[in-house]
Amino acid sequence: MASVHKFALGSIAALALSAVAAPALAQQGLDEPFQKPFREALAGKTVAYVPVAMNFDLTEGWYAGLKKELEPYGVKFVIRDPNWNTNAGAQAVTSLISEKPAVMVIHNPDVQTYAKLLQRAENEGIYVIQINMGSAYRSSAFVGANWIEIGERQTEGVVKACQGKSNKIAIIQGALSAAASAYTLKGVENVLAKHPEIKVVSSQAADWDAAKAKAITQTVLKQNPDLCGIVGFWDGMDIGTAAAIKEAGLTGKVFLATSGGGERKGACELVKNGSFDLDMSYDVPTQAAQMAGTIKWLLSSGVKAGSVKGSEYTTLIPITKENADSQMSCWNLSDLKK
Amino acid sequence: MKRVRVSQQEIVFAVFAALFLTFSVFLNGFLSADNMLTLLQNVAVLGILGLAMAIVVIGRGIDLSLIAALAVPAGLVLQMVQNGHSLPASLLAAGLLAIAVGLVNGWLIAYAEVPPLFATLATGLFVAGLGQAALFQLDVVQWSDGMAGFERLGQGSILGIPTSIVMFAIACVVVFVLLRQTRWGAYIYAIGDNPFAARVTGIPSRPIIVLQYVLAALIGCFAGLVLAASVNSMPTRIFNSTLIYDVILVVVLGGIGLSGGRGGVVNVIIGTLLIGTMLNGMTILNIPYAGQNLIKGLVLLIAVVTDTLLNPRNEETAQQGDI
Repeated sequence: MASVHKFALGSIAALALSAVAAPALAQQGLDEPFQKPFREALAGKTVAYVPVAMNFDLTEGWYAGLKKELEPYGVKFVIRDPNWNTNAGAQAVTSLISEKPAVMVIHNPDVQTYAKLLQRAENEGIYVIQINMGSAYRSSAFVGANWIEIGERQTEGVVKACQGKSNKIAIIQGALSAAASAYTLKGVENVLAKHPEIKVVSSQAADWDAAKAKAITQTVLKQNPDLCGIVGFWDGMDIGTAAAIKEAGLTGKVFLATSGGGERKGACELVKNGSFDLDMSYDVPTQAAQMAGTIKWLLSSGVKAGSVKGSEYTTLIPITKENADSQMSCWNLSDLKK
Repeated sequence: MKRVRVSQQEIVFAVFAALFLTFSVFLNGFLSADNMLTLLQNVAVLGILGLAMAIVVIGRGIDLSLIAALAVPAGLVLQMVQNGHSLPASLLAAGLLAIAVGLVNGWLIAYAEVPPLFATLATGLFVAGLGQAALFQLDVVQWSDGMAGFERLGQGSILGIPTSIVMFAIACVVVFVLLRQTRWGAYIYAIGDNPFAARVTGIPSRPIIVLQYVLAALIGCFAGLVLAASVNSMPTRIFNSTLIYDVILVVVLGGIGLSGGRGGVVNVIIGTLLIGTMLNGMTILNIPYAGQNLIKGLVLLIAVVTDTLLNPRNEETAQQGDI
């Protein structure tokens, strides 16, 4: 031990001595050769963002997160809001291709509509990052949730809660035209195939609409008061499902699993007050950070658009009573925007 | 020539009765008191909106901005409370906003003489856009602690009857009294029946038209508050849904002719019951969503065709107010 000490002291003394002896060398910094090209690669570049619509937690969160990460490097943002109109979205993407931004961040409304356009964009040298909803064309990067996994894990939660109970469950789907809803349903089916004892008494689409979800759930609960679980496809819609369960006096008896972006008011607080039992969150700020990271990498690497293709599926956060209080489980849009 | 006179109202009632009987016999659990209450509860908001639309349609108009009047003021209440304003102040602001929407609609239609279809389409878009751009942070406005207690407007029950049904009943009584017991109501019928004759006889038709749209917007706002209370949030994106067609479906199906001057609260109730029975039965049968739309569209089509056959348009009625 003593010798180690002595050695350490000795080396500190030697360091100090050399610092005094060679002041010129110490004052000169060392240039890191890669940061300048990195800054140059980002400065003045344009990132175009086309969500399916603004004004909801996911798309607002992604936008705020991207801006926070990239604007300090001089990246400019262009935003095109098709407001749930697929046609307007396709037009926006088409006109963006001629404007030649460096990167396009695309949130597909379905699998087909943008596919050809995105391929054209990459041929023109624009990096395309698809988020949360992929298209049939595989572009430089996909960042987003794995809907099949979401469906599977929600259903596993419900199946587990149903053990020793009636084994009757209901499914509240989103909109039939939305691929996210269809993928989630596939995940549900995957798990149900392994559990033949589970009986699906109702599987209806509520069109992402809380009022419709409530109406369906009320009717289903009246028909099957012994229902043990519900798989809902989006927490924004399942507020209605939860309201129906609460009115029927079945809170705690019917296990409600849902999914969403993990915004505090829409997720954690509703888990805390017992509305939801499980909310699979795809944590929007993390997704935004991953998107930003991918953009930084692509721009600084200088690879040809479309020559590399990869995916970053989001690691899901299952929000339950245990972690709903944690600061890390959920996020606030207002904080992200600061 | 002898003609069997069957009013649309009677046809629809017959269809409703037939559907109801079929479901009661063949569908297990349909005809329970609980399910009946659920059935009514699920269409209560639709029924309230039907009343608003009925007032306008009886006066030979149409209000496509009704869903915006439902979504935006109610959303404003939730947003303002979330931002720390008091509930009464927020409700007042919402009421004023609804009145403003009605006044603009009424002015455009009565004084600028813009056809109601276009005027209300435009104001609806404008109000929904205003909400999205300026009023709300997110499309779904969440319930906040300041709203505590207000959810009783749409949840729970009064004397065993779910509150939203009670709200529908109250709205029915108010609109019934207005249409049948007041002079204003009589004027609305007169204008709907023949606007020119109404004007010649000295009825203040322009102010009455404005009144119709203000009432519709206010009732729409009320429906929005009931809806928000019942689902503990206000999904303002409902404006983009097909709800407005359901409302027109209720009104036309109930037998309130689009050419105006006919029908009343009873027709709205019949239309609402038919839709409620259809939706409830189809949900119990677990019919897929696309199939439900198909059936709803088919029923509307039949109702509209029947309406045209039974209330044929002549030169007098086809001149103005047609949509």
